[in-house]
Amino acid sequence: MIPSPAATGALQSAVTIQIGIVVAYLLLALGVGLVAYRLTDRTAEDYYLASRTLGTVVLLFTTFATLLSAFTFFAGPNIAYGLGPEWILVMGLMDGIIFGVLWYVVGYKQWLVGREHGYVTLGEMLGDRFGSPVLRATVALVSLFWLFPYVMLQQVGAGGALSALTNGAVPYWAGAGLITVFMIVYVVLSGMRGVAWTDTLQGLFMLTMVWAAFVWVLSAVGGIGAATDAVASTNPGFLSLGDGSASPSLFGGGAYSLPWMLSQAIGIAFGVAMFPQVNQRFFVADSETVLKRTMALWPVVVLLLFVPAFMLGAWAAGLGVPMPESGNILPGLLAEYTPTWFAALVVAGAMAAMMSSSDSMLLSGSSYFTRDLYRPFVNADASERREDLIARVGVAVFATLAFVASLFNPPSLFVIGDTAFGGFAQLAPPVIVALYWSRTTLSGMLAAILGSQLFYMVTTFTPAAGETMTVWGIVVPGVMESFAGWSSSVVGMVVGLVLVVGVSVITDPSVAEQPSVLQGPTDD
Amino acid sequence: MPTRTASVAWGAAFLLLAALSIPWFLWNDSTVVAGFPVWLWWHIGWMVLASIVFAVFTQRGWGVWMGGWSA
Repeated sequence: MIPSPAATGALQSAVTIQIGIVVAYLLLALGVGLVAYRLTDRTAEDYYLASRTLGTVVLLFTTFATLLSAFTFFAGPNIAYGLGPEWILVMGLMDGIIFGVLWYVVGYKQWLVGREHGYVTLGEMLGDRFGSPVLRATVALVSLFWLFPYVMLQQVGAGGALSALTNGAVPYWAGAGLITVFMIVYVVLSGMRGVAWTDTLQGLFMLTMVWAAFVWVLSAVGGIGAATDAVASTNPGFLSLGDGSASPSLFGGGAYSLPWMLSQAIGIAFGVAMFPQVNQRFFVADSETVLKRTMALWPVVVLLLFVPAFMLGAWAAGLGVPMPESGNILPGLLAEYTPTWFAALVVAGAMAAMMSSSDSMLLSGSSYFTRDLYRPFVNADASERREDLIARVGVAVFATLAFVASLFNPPSLFVIGDTAFGGFAQLAPPVIVALYWSRTTLSGMLAAILGSQLFYMVTTFTPAAGETMTVWGIVVPGVMESFAGWSSSVVGMVVGLVLVVGVSVITDPSVAEQPSVLQGPTDD
Repeated sequence: MPTRTASVAWGAAFLLLAALSIPWFLWNDSTVVAGFPVWLWWHIGWMVLASIVFAVFTQRGWGVWMGGWSA
């Protein structure tokens, strides 16, 4: 069928509005970056950490927007659409409670240590404590291994979203390329301050949009009661808590079983705390008051953001909204019940949200590279200005490489990106033990980091048990991926914990170790 | 310097917050009240409670487990 001229006109004007919104956001982000650039000293500490001066609102939203933005709009509602809204409970435990406690246990401790010794990265802190450049580089390399494909996934997502938004008028490569260039420009210019400010803008925008969508859709379908009744009649299992079993069981079961929910919440929460762009934010608070207020506000922000976003996904299933071609339910639901400009605004917001995650990851990736690999191994005497320059070049190189990789869409990188949270979670047990137990030794740290990474990679990257896969002519046997319903991420963390404690007990500290670095000025 | 009792008490409080963040006692329950399943209302209440507990912690308990840093 040939579309009528009126329909073509409407489609074109919708595309114009959509592109207009995206470009307006990009320019706004660039403007914020320029203002931040004018306030920036030319030192690495200012570039990476905004000289440790972030206030409550900015720190809260930059951490939040960095991490959860794209997930809130796309993956989260998709899970609720496919499996039911219990993911809200998983998010509550994961981000509201466990991450809130880690904010204190890992974050506050790192903040204290970082302020005293001037650390910028996790690897730097651990390398200094254990007197080991090798440990420092190991932490940086492990982090970059998981981070790079994750950045690539964001570019793939943003390019795809832009292409879907404009019905292909902007091709995938151009969308991903445009976003990469904009990101490089404002991250290279403005560093942490600019990233944090755009994230704050983004976070507030996201919160407003989610609630506007919530109210709009509900008023269109006749209120919460009507929407939930629709779910009850089409997908009755969605409203009952759990996987449909009569009572929660400690072992076995699939989606929304007890081990599944706890594995997701624990694995991701600990992974989040070790993600470079989040972990680095532990060093940037202006004062203890900022850390305190952020911790107390955390569960409320989780509540405000995820309940409406995920319920929209669940209601979409009840209302019989079909999954659109883009593979994301929220744009489909909005297209059904809200005007074009509003749906475009939300999708543009989501795409920009992917940028706000990527920009922070670029900045942290670059800092891990310059601080933990370039400086200790290539040029130890680099001046502040030179390190600052290398950092900015590092951002551009990292972003460009990720963009080039995204054009080839290598499936292996997709797998790594999708399993990155678990990979980062493996760092948590040795790091937390090191932060609190002065008997931890370098051998214990290396054994735990390498051992748990090996365990996690073998269980994750090999095929399921009983199957085989052929790589370069070599037959790889399948290894089990879940342990009576518990994920290999959580089991790997236990392996790491046992290794760091066990090996530390049976080995002596090396001469270069300085437990006092983490112990604090007045420990007895 | 925080006391040992405070350290243990706050640890227990956090564990309890985590343990009941998913209302296991409402397993397989699909009762809907005012448009939301009861377990979702529990979640809303629990997150507000967690926020209050965290706020009290930052006032009263801040500094526990920090060893030599808490003086």
